[in-house]
Amino acid sequence: MSEDLQAFRLRAREWLAATMPRAEASADDGPGDGRDDEAWVRARELQRILYDGGFAGLCYPQEYGGQGLTPAHQRVFNEEAVGYEMPLLLNVPTFSICAPAILDFGTEEQKRQHLPAVIRGDEVLVQFLSEPRGGSDLAGAITRGTRDGEVFMLNGSKIWSSNAYAADYGLCLVRTDWDAPKHRGLTMLIVKVHQPGVEIRRIKQVNGNMEFCQEFFDDVPVPASDVLGEENGGWAVASRLLFHERTAVGGGSPYVSGPPGVERSGEAEPDLLELARAGDRLTDPVVRELIGESQVLERVADQLAVRVTDGISAGELPDAAASLLRLFMATSNVRRTQIGLEVAGPRAAAWPPSDFRDGGSYGVNFLFRQGASLGGGSSEMSRNLISERLLNMPREYAADRDVPFSQVRQSKTPAR
Amino acid sequence: MQLRLNEDQELFRRTVRQFLEREAPLTTVRQLTDDPAGFDRGWWRKGAELGWTSMLVPEKHGGGNLSGEGLRDLAIVAEEMGRLVSPGPLLPTSVVLGAIAEATTVEAHSEAIERLLTGDAVAAWCAPAPGAAIAVTARPDGDGYRLDGVAEPVEAGGEADYLLVTARTDGGLSQFLVPAGAGGLRRDRLDGLDLVRRFARLTFDGVQVGQSDLVGSPDAAAEAAEHQLQTALVLQAAETAGAIERVLDFTIGWAFDRYSFGRPLASYQALKHRFADMKMWVEACHATTTAAALAVQQRTPDAVELVSVAKAYIGDRATEIVQDCVQMHGGIGVTWEHDLHLYLRRVTTNRVIYGTPNDHRRRVADLLEAADGSAK
Repeated sequence: MSEDLQAFRLRAREWLAATMPRAEASADDGPGDGRDDEAWVRARELQRILYDGGFAGLCYPQEYGGQGLTPAHQRVFNEEAVGYEMPLLLNVPTFSICAPAILDFGTEEQKRQHLPAVIRGDEVLVQFLSEPRGGSDLAGAITRGTRDGEVFMLNGSKIWSSNAYAADYGLCLVRTDWDAPKHRGLTMLIVKVHQPGVEIRRIKQVNGNMEFCQEFFDDVPVPASDVLGEENGGWAVASRLLFHERTAVGGGSPYVSGPPGVERSGEAEPDLLELARAGDRLTDPVVRELIGESQVLERVADQLAVRVTDGISAGELPDAAASLLRLFMATSNVRRTQIGLEVAGPRAAAWPPSDFRDGGSYGVNFLFRQGASLGGGSSEMSRNLISERLLNMPREYAADRDVPFSQVRQSKTPAR
Repeated sequence: MQLRLNEDQELFRRTVRQFLEREAPLTTVRQLTDDPAGFDRGWWRKGAELGWTSMLVPEKHGGGNLSGEGLRDLAIVAEEMGRLVSPGPLLPTSVVLGAIAEATTVEAHSEAIERLLTGDAVAAWCAPAPGAAIAVTARPDGDGYRLDGVAEPVEAGGEADYLLVTARTDGGLSQFLVPAGAGGLRRDRLDGLDLVRRFARLTFDGVQVGQSDLVGSPDAAAEAAEHQLQTALVLQAAETAGAIERVLDFTIGWAFDRYSFGRPLASYQALKHRFADMKMWVEACHATTTAAALAVQQRTPDAVELVSVAKAYIGDRATEIVQDCVQMHGGIGVTWEHDLHLYLRRVTTNRVIYGTPNDHRRRVADLLEAADGSAK
């Protein structure tokens, strides 16, 4: 029987007030402000403080350094953590995607090596899944893992890995059997990120963000003991990563710690009220309806996350329901960025340098609008999953089903 | 469907569903189209025996619920009624019963409570939608008051035996329980979209009421009226959520059974993707209904916002879902013969009664602004 929620809330409140620094509004000067490395050092420090106070890894088992509490405890903690500086950079993918997959599939040794280190803030994890050949058809990976005795030699390239430059280990999906049909020739390897033969390039996005990376592997040796799950059973692990990713992106992960809807301390939700007031448009009933609509979408996203995560954990909804959260987040982001642009008006396109937050940020968010419909699997893939896995509608035709992967036709030129 | 119900609630849901499928299938709903009241009193009494009227009334006044959370139990009935676009004044009768049973004046209305509980009588709730002006006034007159003005549209206003009237006074608001036979009251039935849900225009022309007709103290009237609105919005949301779930279910069934070019509609990606969106919207509608029901039940401070969040979201989405399901059906979808229009009538009515989605978006913005002001 875990600690009563109200008692936990009070204990967390007291500890946070006594221990954690208050979040300061970030001095965000606009896209690509280049303070990334500092932020990672700080995130690890903050995580260590949480760990020492017994508030790290709340939903992880105690034997691996966590607290063994329930998702409800995590939600309470997240509510109490509003206004404090938190190691939010570690939430995705380390805590909410990669570490849960190690918990699901890891050997005892792998769990003991990685999970306590993650929860202490000593280890940051990343996913190496997508490849330049295409993101939606993930099982078509062509990065090679060629087995030679007790070692896999890794060659190829991965892309769209978030924050790989700051990570310690990557979960890397590689092709280990080219004669098997595509889903049956894959293996998941736990790869040390910083080592000879691994080259990392950062990718700049239209909003100036540089968190995404591309990696190139050139004869990188990976010990066979670092296979996560079964050899040639990598698709099961990848599917589980995707499940955790959809849950996390949709706001339903029990392993995410800190105030909801925020990626960095001090980065608040867009304040449309302030924006409308600054533009002298707050009395316009149409603007008020837009502000209300944006708030409604934000609330419903949270409510849907509660319904779906509780429903999945109680067995009333299948795991595939996580795609509902992913799709809701993407579609509501489309609408909310549109609303931001409308309320900001001309200041979204031209703003004094000191007013990026109350002007240009809405323009830039709009430019990056489709990002939420692409990351973590495209919205089209979510719709396929919902219709095929939740509604049991017929699967899309696939030309590569049950064909040895070496005979599957590939793109003539990769995208990158 | 609401998730995580306890065993009693699940059993209750099954009982309500079986009763409705047996006693008020869609063929019965169609037959009631020409009935002036839109529902059968004997049928309503049977529903009352199943517990439909008792959920918001404390046990000491003859009521009782299943889980200790009467509104959430009652939302099960509303959801099941939505599945079959059921007749009957569940929403106004429940709102009025809850209001008079929890007011300080409960003893004065014990006869009305008893008659409403047994289903012998039904009630109408005469209150304006959010943002609309109150068009009924109460002025002191002798020992009591006289009511003047118009309330419109009032659900079940033509059939109700009791009316809970919100009126403006010099000092603010007051609420009165008025018997339908009161002198000076004129009731004109309105025509409506829904085949069985009736609305009326009530004209108060010097209606005399006494002190004993007051519901609660005038000091508490504004807060009581807000809670009544919240209760109404939760029941409306639950009913709409039940309706769209059912429409999506049978439309998915249709997509599997209907073939063109030698393959089922359900195999076309263009349609699968639309079904995926509809599934997401239906789940989101359930999620926001559950959140609103919980908040109103527990009277948390955010209840005022969450009922408007639910109304604004569901109001828009529900009509879009049913319209898209009409499109999925093809030509049969716009015929009188097909049942789709029964659902479209109900969700369209629910969209615009008790505030439109835009009314509620403005209410959410008002609340945000108020919270912002008090934080500074």
